[in-house]
Amino acid sequence: MIKLRRKTTDLAAVEGRRISLDGIMTALAFALLLVVVVIPISMIVYHAFLYKGKFSLDLIIDQFTRDTTISAMWNTIKIAVLVTVFGTIVGVFYAWLLGRTNIPGKKLMRFLFTIPYMFPPFLGAMAWDLLLNGRAGYLNRWLMKTFGLKSAPLNINSIWGIVFVELSYYFPFVFMQVVSALERMDPTLEESARIAGARQGTVIRKITLPLVTPAISAGALLILISSLAHFGVPAILGFAQGIFTLPTRIYAVIARSGGSFEGIRQGAALSILLVLVVSIALWIQRRVLSSGGYDIIKGKSMRPTLINLRGARIPLFILALTNLVVIVLVPLIMIFLVGLVRAYGLPLVPANFTLANYKRIFAASGTIESIKNSLILSISAGVISMLLGTLVAYVVQKIKPKGTALLEIMSVLPYSIPGMVLAVGVILAWSGSLGINLYNTLWIILIAYVARYLSFSMKTSSAALLQVHPSLEEAARTCGATHTETLRDITLPLIRPAMISGFFLIFLPAMREVTTSVLLYGPYTRTLGVQIYALRDAGMMPQASALGSVAIVLIIVINSIVNALNKDRRGV
Amino acid sequence: MPYVRFENISFAYGEKQVLKNFSLSLEKNEIMCLVGPSGCGKTTLVRCLLGLNRPAEGEIFVGDTCVFSSKRRINVPPERRGIGIVFQDYAVWPHLTVKENIAYPLRKRGLSKDEIQRRVESVLELVSMRDYINHLPNQLSGGQQQRVAIARALMTSDDLIVMDEPITNLDAKLREQMLFEIRQLQRNLGTTIFYITHDQKAALHLGDQIAIMDPHGGLVQVGSDEDFILRPKNRFVFEFIGVTNFLTLKPVNSSYSLDVGSQLIPWPEKLPDVLKNGRAIDVGVRPNDIVFDASSPIRGIVRRSVFLGSEYEYFVQLGDKELRVQLGTLEAAQSGHVKEGSEVGLRFLNPHYYEAVREEAWK
Repeated sequence: MIKLRRKTTDLAAVEGRRISLDGIMTALAFALLLVVVVIPISMIVYHAFLYKGKFSLDLIIDQFTRDTTISAMWNTIKIAVLVTVFGTIVGVFYAWLLGRTNIPGKKLMRFLFTIPYMFPPFLGAMAWDLLLNGRAGYLNRWLMKTFGLKSAPLNINSIWGIVFVELSYYFPFVFMQVVSALERMDPTLEESARIAGARQGTVIRKITLPLVTPAISAGALLILISSLAHFGVPAILGFAQGIFTLPTRIYAVIARSGGSFEGIRQGAALSILLVLVVSIALWIQRRVLSSGGYDIIKGKSMRPTLINLRGARIPLFILALTNLVVIVLVPLIMIFLVGLVRAYGLPLVPANFTLANYKRIFAASGTIESIKNSLILSISAGVISMLLGTLVAYVVQKIKPKGTALLEIMSVLPYSIPGMVLAVGVILAWSGSLGINLYNTLWIILIAYVARYLSFSMKTSSAALLQVHPSLEEAARTCGATHTETLRDITLPLIRPAMISGFFLIFLPAMREVTTSVLLYGPYTRTLGVQIYALRDAGMMPQASALGSVAIVLIIVINSIVNALNKDRRGV
Repeated sequence: MPYVRFENISFAYGEKQVLKNFSLSLEKNEIMCLVGPSGCGKTTLVRCLLGLNRPAEGEIFVGDTCVFSSKRRINVPPERRGIGIVFQDYAVWPHLTVKENIAYPLRKRGLSKDEIQRRVESVLELVSMRDYINHLPNQLSGGQQQRVAIARALMTSDDLIVMDEPITNLDAKLREQMLFEIRQLQRNLGTTIFYITHDQKAALHLGDQIAIMDPHGGLVQVGSDEDFILRPKNRFVFEFIGVTNFLTLKPVNSSYSLDVGSQLIPWPEKLPDVLKNGRAIDVGVRPNDIVFDASSPIRGIVRRSVFLGSEYEYFVQLGDKELRVQLGTLEAAQSGHVKEGSEVGLRFLNPHYYEAVREEAWK
């Protein structure tokens, strides 16, 4: 027989009431989600419907019937629908081009697609504002001068402007979904149609398109939901012209009231409306996604036959690349250039370039402070969400206690709740009404970040845990490892890459976050995003751009460091 | 005294009762093969032995130790049972090298570094994987990963190893080789092996003892390979263990006749008395128990003949039935090769009689 080094063999062999590790983890997951997710959301509902402890619909009715609310709602829906329609068209076009044709420069284009992930949308909006602002935009002025026009030909401060900028950030959603579906599709399906006598065009229409329809609708709905909740772009482009969406209206109501309780209550009421709108979109998403899906799309990757574009190859390449460059590179370059210019409006020529903007922003105490705050917040939110998300994922995937479904809903809930709404809930919950006042501290922002990004890491960890076959853990148990040791030696190392990528899925957006922080920051807790937003709000365009450039460089540097560190381990 | 004992194990997944009062014993230093169709509860039984499932009722002993008892509320956790396991999907940890995989159970037992190194090297020698000591699993083939899994199981225990469909994921040639190696390894080490499979061939190759389970989780027969082939306990075992031809006997007056659809041929062989109750009888014959005999009144037509090297396989049409007949090459050479399309007489050497399952065959 094997000698065991533990002394308590007999004792532990007898069953008794012990608190198991699984039990502790389950309880912890529920408790943390309660604090981070359930309390803020219930506070919104509570304050929207109860006034001084009594149920009342007055606030809701008052807010919902205002013209400003109704126009904000229509704007929100209009923008989201337009972005979804055009984003889907652009996304599918690029997916087909890169996934199924012999167009050159695929690698270059794929690289360009990754840039929007590092480039915050509100910075993009800022850049386009600098270019196409109705009064002083660089491009507008150049067009007016060149063609002798009286008024600006293009105005980015419009619904269409907002749609355009959001579009350039959201079309990759559809692109990613569709290109991966195209890559996983069994090429024999198309080949057999060709052999059966169908022409290229017919194959695309009758075979390819229907097969990737589920992927298209999944991506499109992702755009719809993201755009409905989006704050940054309409805030930058819309405020000046009085164009409000629901998220920006909530912000305006609260900011105008100076953070008074009445303002926050109104914000809570509007939040309910926004959640309602988003819920309808989510409901549609659920309906569509559950009905779709073909098994013909295989998990393993196959090499599809590429369509020869022949004569259209070069023109299509030029069109696609120009379009991508305009959408992706122009705003980036614009931010860097304006960050160097002596004063906003001066021509962008080397003679006008200076580093004074950088000197000025770094001389101001707020800047360093905001970078520090953002780093602290993103790293800690990343780490906490990563651990908590993995914990929840483990409980959901492996322990499966009673109430698993509830747990899962609780953790994904904040993802479907717009950031602005979440911020309102966090204010209501953690600024004293429950006996804890975290307002004006980093903690309140941290809670909001964790709630907002938890589902990211939960999803990646969940997917990774599903890959860890139970027999791997069971083999460890039979090899003499306890439950805890199995977790430490086997499970965690196996999902570590997913946890790290989960961290980055949180760290990067948190680094450039503006939607929740803009409501939650205090005098000493400005984040990088808020600082840029504030500089721009104060009309200091070059300084805002300079800080924006700093933010982008920071994100790129950190991203590449970790990518380098996170290489796969190799054997001999 | 048997080495491993399952006593009256009952187990249910929710509403579905998988095992009911299941008892089985394993002798020390033998290979016990547990065979049964997919979903009959073999794996559940193994998981109960390993401590990964908790039976509702029953007791399990390994040697003198009771590792599970519902009555005495004993449930030794899996890590303290010290039973080696080889899973169907290898379960070799992909993030650890071959050496780290194999050393893991030793580390958990707190052995010294030198001792671990020595034992890892010797076990790798045993499974001929010495050259791969620092490889990661994704650099190994399926068969090599399976060897690592076996080596790891040997490090967990020299006494008892459970193998749950260990070779199912390998290709046919490799399967045969692994079976041979497992047999060889067991002979050298004397380890008791509990081998789970749905493949009766593997069981016949490997098992000192074979236990067969029916689809409902019941134990049907325990015995040696000869017992199963020559004395199958019931129709399920008979059908499960190899290729079978089934024919129907119909009661005609006081005797029985072979019903081949178009005609009735009087059955020449003796029937067991218990079945002579006026109802139809199914008769099962193995392909190699049918011989060609020109004098037999049972006449069929050879539709197809396949030469397999060591034997001929014939497909013989008998009325509306098709029979598979196997003839050793030597035999075939002696009696002369039968051409496709020719008529043959058939004699059944070792028929097994069972109560008919399909009543509609006679009306």
